[in-house]
Parts: sequence; structure tokens; C-alpha cells
Amino acid sequence: MSTKEYRTAVEARGGLLVMKHTPGVAFGDRVSIEDHSGGVRNGQVIRSSNEEVLILVFEGVDDLDLENTWVRFLDAPVEIALSPELLGREFNGLGEPRDGRPPVLSSLRRAVGGSAINPAARTYPREFIQTGISTIDGLNSLVRGQKLPIFTGSGLPHNRLAAQIVRQARLKNEDASFSIVFAAMGVSYADAKFFRDEFASSGVLRNVVMFINLADDPPVERLTLPRTALTAAEYLAYDLDRHVLVVMTDMTYYAEALREVATSKGDVPARKGYPGYLYSDLAEIYERCGRIHHRHGSITMMPVVSMPSDDITHPIPDLTGYITEGQIVLSRELDNQGIYPPVHISPSLSRLMKDGIGKDDTREDHPRVAAQLYALYARALETRNLASIIGADELSSHDRRYLTFADAFDRRFVGQGENEERSIEATLDLAWELMSIFPKDGLTRVSEADIAKHYRELDEEQASSLGGGPASGVTTAVQSHSRRKRRTGSGAQPSGGG
Amino acid sequence: MSEPQRIGVVRDINGPIVTIELPGIRHGEQVKIGELGLFGEVISLSGDRAVVQTYESTDGVRPGEPAEGLGWPLSVELGPGLMGGIFDGVQRPLEKIALQSGDYIRRGINVASLDRDRKWAFEPNRDLAPGEKIGPGKVLGTVQETETVLHRILVPPGVHGELEEVAPAGEYDIEEIIARVRGASGRSQELRMYHRWPVRTPRPYLRRDDGVAPLITGQRVIDTFFPQLKGGKGAVPGPFGAGKTVVQQQIARWSNADIVIYVGCGERGNELVDVLETFPKLEDPYTGRSLMERTLLVANTSNMPVVAREASVYVGITMAEYYRDMGYDVVVLADSTSRWAEALREVSGRLGQMPVEEGYPAYLASRLAAVYERAGRVETHGAGSGSVTLIGAVSPPGGDFSEPVTSHTKDIIETFWALSKELADARHYPSIDWVTSFSGHVHTAAHWWHENVDSNWENRRREALALLARDAELSRIVNLVGPEALSSAQRWDLEGAALIKEGVLQQSALDEIDTFCSPDKQFALLDLALMIYDQGAELVKRGVPVQELQRLPLLSRVRRIKSLYSSEQLDDIETFRDEVEQTLENLRQEYAKHEEQA
Ligand SMILES: Nc1ncnc2c1ncn2[C@@H]1O[C@H](COP(=O)(O)OP(=O)(O)OP(=O)(O)O)[C@@H](O)[C@H]1O
Ligand SMILES: [Mg+2]
Repeated sequence: MSTKEYRTAVEARGGLLVMKHTPGVAFGDRVSIEDHSGGVRNGQVIRSSNEEVLILVFEGVDDLDLENTWVRFLDAPVEIALSPELLGREFNGLGEPRDGRPPVLSSLRRAVGGSAINPAARTYPREFIQTGISTIDGLNSLVRGQKLPIFTGSGLPHNRLAAQIVRQARLKNEDASFSIVFAAMGVSYADAKFFRDEFASSGVLRNVVMFINLADDPPVERLTLPRTALTAAEYLAYDLDRHVLVVMTDMTYYAEALREVATSKGDVPARKGYPGYLYSDLAEIYERCGRIHHRHGSITMMPVVSMPSDDITHPIPDLTGYITEGQIVLSRELDNQGIYPPVHISPSLSRLMKDGIGKDDTREDHPRVAAQLYALYARALETRNLASIIGADELSSHDRRYLTFADAFDRRFVGQGENEERSIEATLDLAWELMSIFPKDGLTRVSEADIAKHYRELDEEQASSLGGGPASGVTTAVQSHSRRKRRTGSGAQPSGGG
Repeated sequence: MSEPQRIGVVRDINGPIVTIELPGIRHGEQVKIGELGLFGEVISLSGDRAVVQTYESTDGVRPGEPAEGLGWPLSVELGPGLMGGIFDGVQRPLEKIALQSGDYIRRGINVASLDRDRKWAFEPNRDLAPGEKIGPGKVLGTVQETETVLHRILVPPGVHGELEEVAPAGEYDIEEIIARVRGASGRSQELRMYHRWPVRTPRPYLRRDDGVAPLITGQRVIDTFFPQLKGGKGAVPGPFGAGKTVVQQQIARWSNADIVIYVGCGERGNELVDVLETFPKLEDPYTGRSLMERTLLVANTSNMPVVAREASVYVGITMAEYYRDMGYDVVVLADSTSRWAEALREVSGRLGQMPVEEGYPAYLASRLAAVYERAGRVETHGAGSGSVTLIGAVSPPGGDFSEPVTSHTKDIIETFWALSKELADARHYPSIDWVTSFSGHVHTAAHWWHENVDSNWENRRREALALLARDAELSRIVNLVGPEALSSAQRWDLEGAALIKEGVLQQSALDEIDTFCSPDKQFALLDLALMIYDQGAELVKRGVPVQELQRLPLLSRVRRIKSLYSSEQLDDIETFRDEVEQTLENLRQEYAKHEEQA
């Protein structure tokens, strides 16, 4: 059948081409389309009956002349060629070279659609990755095989943060570095260049495979790009035994492309016009990450997801959060204060942290220190809210400590240099230094043994100097999400434990 | 099932929805599609054409390929060998599939749910005599399925007649005949240790009973504040990351049920692995045995085909009913029912059905209600009382509880544990919001608590909730005008509420000691916090400055008690309580002296 060409296209709209009378075409197969000018486009069958076949055209259907459109069904799924030669190369969403070099030749070809990992074949991810970033390592630790997205907004330094993580990520007791699969969907030329330069200057380029679809490339191709990239990642991880870090940016543009196609197919919309199957579709991508029994390699994933209008409840970050194993959330307020990386810890979360930290992995006190910092910061944000209403001077000395803490935390714990690589021990020591702003009695999440070991008594003056003095108290860098609802743990009472 | 097999032809492939042409096919019938033999189910019929939803990806299927009607609806195998296993959404055993097809699930793979080679030590029911009239639910004998679970082999539903013979004690595989029954027609029927049951049909029972005993979960905010009954239905709604899965896993770990069925419906693969890897090593606090021995997993992870996701909930509940029929208390945890509802939505969308709200079909509410209706405490046909408790997680888009799945669920269930993003963000876990959560079982649960723990339970619970409500009110005032506006008594209220929140409500699943809390310890902690509050309030009334009370180191110590002493160390909690009482008493006396002098 692959030799037979059809010229029976009857309709073209929104990335779709409708064919009549092309019997026996397999669902999901790859299609080659020659247009009137001799240009070749690629497509995939997304509905098939003997009477009518629906084709998704990756390059789009702009200026197709139906009379002069020749369609060939290639009798094979959408697949890519796999070999170690992938490393150091740059491709488009279909796995075709973008770097002007010849295509990768290999007898090993795999369908990019992938199939579901048998849950019984997985093994739980638990190896701590040190990124050198305090808010991640200390409070939202990443482990090998985890999918941990960065939720961000336009103009925030997510690219710089992702690049820093790529540069610094390492296992505590291993030299082995990551191979990187970089998947860019709908990003600007400048963003793609930033990463390319970054990989080049840090000398990892030989260890990177890039799949790139820029903002002005055909959007439909974005639908297959992450699948192509992950097929390459699986090859590197499970055939070549490498530990792979997949950076995908920006999943929001991916989902927008999906919505575009869904709309032209007439699919029933769920929220904001996105199709009801967006959740399952995203899950097919994100769940390809993980660790598998008896396999040496692994796939760790760090997707960048921008929140339209900084709204975390927008369907794309929302559904992503429902699938991934946590999220690192960037905050515009922190960024406006010049704090890098502007990680807002309250909505950030790592679900796989629990098995990757503690005595054997990082340090004995780590889990409790993290819980304590979270509790203190939650209360500190509420105090900040209060101070912005009644004025810092009206606060009790006890409450003013929280202001001191909030400022010190934002500036010193959250804030760090773009090239500053903090060991997990340094992060935890810094945490204790900040916790010493409070009297021992105020620290109920850490154990008495932790306190005996790590707590350092400060006098009032030292305590306030840690935060840069009480005067800087009423900055409102980050405030609690809801001012009215204050029913959190220790938050609601105006004075307490100490 | 003796009908001849019929072969038809595939006409149209639209993702998981395949139209076939097969005269005589029935609604709900199982179908094998194409050369690969993908399994599916007829969901609509029109003339000779049937619409089939397939449980597997249809990539590569062509119009013109064969389609075979199998003659029966989606059914599960029920018999020994289920416990401790992990099955996919249509009850295929995932561990065996991994052995056959490797790390990824190959399509069209066909592995029987129950092991055909394994022998079980069958012990016949000695009370049975040949010639006896027997019917469904009668216990034919038992098999020790795991150390904890005694599997009762029952006469399957629909079988009535005169017992001809029961096999003697011995080792049998599940295909061997263990009893013969002569039916009314005079035909002899052979019974094995397993039978099949269609998952969309509730299994029969004698009658429905009211729930009487609370399901003890070892989680304070649940047992003490929003109790669930054995046989009840409950929901855990919450935005992503709020703690739905942890709540469900905690119940799976620590509840006093006989059997736990955990249905991972459209959620993460790693969460099931977590259960698979940790449960065998955890000890059941009630039996002292490995938790895995009484646990069964159904896994349709988010990346597995969406149609099997819809089936997975029914598959889980049917297995639960089967163990209920043996007289057990079974808990089904479905994480998440929203993904189940979305599977419905996807199929209905592909069928071009008219959506009513957010793309969901009009029958969403009735399907949801029908699923939850399968929970309940019943009088079984032959094994006394048994129950199925159904607890579903709900994942509202954007955390908005007014969306269709959450709001319909709320109308159906009796226990509602609403998770709050604010609480979760402040790492107050479990983030069950005490203002919006409710339980319709408090009154019934109170009987149990009063009889087994303390006759003051209901009062103490009410006092604590009232204090928390005052706290919410006062916090609003503080937020507007600052703490200075409050009286001393009101400030002490805030302090008391903080004690309840931190010393009682907060309970970390990761804390080795506090992860499980016995009812006695639950009450001891609650009573301790309220005792401090009551006495403090008394002191404040007498004029002791509230700051003086706030300075007491015992306030921070009491917050640690829960993770200092286990459920076995109630004496130590008692000792601590005595110390606290002494301290407060000293303070009172000191102040009284002070007063006298002045
Ligand atoms: N009781 C608890 N004790 C300690 N940690 C908890 C508790 N409940 C939740 N957490 C923390 O919150 C994280 C998220 O919880 P969980 O995975 O249950 O959320 P979820 O509501 O199921 O989210 P999703 O809808 O995305 O599946 C956990 O990984 C854990 O770190
Ligand atoms: Mg969950």
C-alpha cells in the first residue's frame, strides 16, 4: 500500500486533512503528503474507516490545494531511528535533523507513541539528586526518576533555573552525570539559543539531544515532539543504561496546540476549550518517566509549564500538578524583589522527597527541618499580612521575630547565586542558622535531639541582625494566598509557643 | 456462554471507540478486535452495527479486520489467589504480565486472572451433608488464602439445589471440581473454587443493614472528628497535592478492615509501587501480619488506556462484594473517581452524546450514585454480616468544589473529608478542613466510642469543634484590626485552638510513631488539650495574665506528645497529664496567694 498514492482529499481545516475512499488504512499510521509545489508533509491517521480517513498534518494544511495533494500511507507508525549518534544532535518533532547534518541511520526504529509501563515493573524512585539549590534540595528534594515541573510565568527566570539544575544536578555519592534530552515546543528562538549556548559553554553538548520546534514552526508538530523526545530518552536510559534528565519547555504551548487540533476535530471541550482528554494526554507524556526494575538507567523529568496570567488553577498547570510528583512554583513578587531563584515554597512540593532524604541519604534531621521551615514560613507570611494591615510597630516582639525570619529566609535561603552550588549540608546548616531566630520552644517540628545537636542560641540583637534588622520588616514580598482564610496550623493565634 | 462464537468486521476506528458490524451482538458483550485481539465492550447498538470501547490502544487496527463477539459481559474471576495481587483495570494480573511481556504492557495479551497451577488446601465444611438443600452463599469449605485471610468457598449466586457431594480435604487447583449440586431440572452442576461474575451487576445479598461500628482508621481528624462507618460511603475531595492519596493510603494501612482493595484509577504508577513495596514490610496493627496479605490492588494508571479506567472501579467493587459475601468488612479506596468520570466523559464525547456540564454526559450523576450504592453493610446469604466501605478521592479541576463530579458526589456520600490548599500549603497534614468537612455518622460512632473508649467522647468532640469555630471568627478580627483588639479570654481561645490543631488534628503520615493513633490515644490527646484549655480559661477568668500562660513551656511540650508516645504508651501520656495538671494547679495557688496578699 505504501506505493499507492491517493488524490482523494476532500477537506482541509485546522491541521486536519479528510480523505475519501482509501480503504484499509491502519489507525495511527504515518502518512506522507505531497503538496502542489512538490513539498512533502508528514501526517498521522487519527480516524479510519473505509469510506473516510482523517489525517493530522504535522506541518499544517496551510495552502494545500486539494486537487493537487497526493497522499501516501506508509504502513508504519510514526517512529524514529535510534543510535548513540543521537547525542550532540538537534532534531525537529518528527526526529528529522535540524542541524544541517544527515539523518541518523539505524536499523533500530521505535514508534514514538510508546506503551504504558507496567506498574508492577516499576521501582520506587528514592535516590536524592543534589541540585545545589536550597529551596529544592532542602525543602522539595528531587530524586532520580521523578517528574518535577517548574511552574512559571512569562518573564520569570525559569530557563536560567532549569539551566542551573542541568549544570549542577548530581548524585551525592556518584560521579555519573546525566545525559540530557531537551525538548522545546513553541519557544522563541532566543530561548532555544539560550539553552544551546548554555549546553555549549558548560561543555555538556556531547551529552545532549535536542528536539526543537520554535514559536514560528508548525504547531501541530508540537504534538509529537515530546513523544519523539521521550522515545529517545527511553533509548538512552534503557538501552544505553544512562541516567537521563529530560527538560521540556513549554508544556503550555504543547497543550495549546492540542486544543487547536481538538477544536477543529470537533471534540467536546471541558474547561477553557481544552479537550476532556487533556489529562490523559499529558499523563501519557509525563508517566514515561521513572525507574524500572533491573534497569540501570532512569528518566528524570523537569517540564517547564507556564501559568497563563500567573494562574495556577489554569487547566495546564492544574492538570500537570495532578499528574507530576510535585511542582516548583516561581513567584513574580520574589522576582520583583530581585530574589533569584524566585521559588515560592508554599505551593511548591516534592512528593517523592520522603524516601530520598534523611539519615542514609542526606542528613538525619532533614525531614524535620523541612517541616519546621515550612511551618515557620507559613506563619511568617501571615504575620507579614498582618503587619501590612496594622503596621509592624503594632506587632508583639514575638511576632516581629517572624518578620525577621521571613526576610532572612527570602534573602538568604531562597536567594542564591546563579552559579552558587550549595551542598545539602550547607543548606541544612543555613536552615538552622535561620531557625535560631526563634527560641527553642518555638520549634516543635524538630526533635529535642535535633535541637541539642544543631540549634545555636542567639541573643535578641543577633537574631534581628540576621534578618537585616526589624526595620525591613514590612516588605510584602510574598504573602499568604488568602488573607481572609486563616485557619492554618499555628498561624491563627497572634502570639504563641515561645 | 455456550453460544457459538461469531465473527464480524471492523468498520471504523476512532481512538478507543471502534465500530464493528456483527449481527446478533448484544449490548455489554465482550469483543475481541482485530488481528491483535484487543479486548473491548459493546456500549451501543444500532442494527447490525455495534460501538465498542476498547481497553487497549487501537494503533495499527484497520477497517476490515475481524471482530469476535465473546458472548459474555465484562466479568471477573472470583476465587482464591486474589489477595496480595495487583491487577489492571480489567483484572489482568500485572505481575504475570510483566513476566510475559516485560516492562511495558503488550497489547492483546491474555493472561487468566487467577493462577491455574497453584494448589490450595481445601477444607470442606463439615456441617454439610449430601442431600442437603443448598443455595447461593452457602459455605462449601475454606481455603487459607493468606495467613490473615480465610477464604470461604461459597455456592455462587444463582445455584440452587441438592448437594450431591463435596470434595474431601486436600490440595486442589481452582479448576478442579469441589462440589456437585443437583438443580431443580435434575441436572447436576459442577462447582469449582472460583466463578465468574459480571462487574456491572451488584452481587446479591439477603438484606441491607444499617452501619453500626466506625471504621477505625488511626487518623485523629477522621475517627475523632469526621468518623466513617463500616459499610459507609465517603469522599476525599481536594486540589492536587493536598493529600488525597496519603489519606487513602493511610486508611489502607491502618484501618481495622478485614480486606482492603485499593483502586488506582487514572493516577500515578509510582503510588501503586509505593504500596507494593511498603505494604509487605508493614505490620497490620490488628493481626500483627504483613499488610499485603489482606490487600489487593487494581491499577489503571493515568497513562493506561482510558476505557479500562472506567471499568477498573467496577472490577474493584465486585471483588470487594465477593469478600463481603464471605462475611468480611472490606474497604475500597478509589483514587480518583474524577478520572473515572473523565473516562465516562471521553467515551460519551466520542459517541457524540450531548454534554450537559463541563462536557460531562447527563448520566454522570446517576452512574456515580449507582457506584456508591454498592457500598453498604449487608446480611449475606450464608456468612452473616459483611460490609463494603467505599471511599473515593475526588480531584476537582482548579480545586473548585462546585464542579460537577465533586458536587454530585457530595449529594451521594455520608462522609466528606474536604482537603484545603491553605492547610496543605502550610503543611498542616492531613489537610482536612474542619469547617467544610462533615460526617453523617457522628451519632452512631458515639455509641461505639462511649462504650469502648470514653463516655465523654461526643461532648469533647463538640467542645473542640466549637473552639475551632470561635478561633476562625476571632482570626478574622485579628486580621482586620490586629491582636490588640482581643480580650484575654479570646486570646486564650486562640491558644487553645492552636493546641487542638497542632497537638490533635495535625498528624504526619511520615512520623513513625504518630502515623497510627489508637482510639484510646486519640481521646487522651484530645482530652489533654481541652483540659489545658479549660483550666487555662479558668485561670484567665481569675485574672492570671494570658501572657503568663503563653510562656509556659508545657505548651510546646504538649504539641510533641503525639510523636513521643505510641498508642501502647498511654501511661506516659497519663503521667505527662498529671505533671501538666500539677503545673497549672501550682500556678492557680500562687495566684490565689498573690490575690490574698493584695
Ligand atoms: N498526612 C500527611 N502526612 C505527611 N505528609 C502528607 C500528609 N498528607 C499529605 N502529605 C504530603 O503531601 C503530598 C501530596 O499528597 P498526595 O499525594 O496525597 O496529594 P493528592 O491530593 O493525592 O494529589 P493529587 O491529586 O495530585 O494526586 C505528599 O507527598 C506528602 O508529602
Ligand atoms: Mg493523589
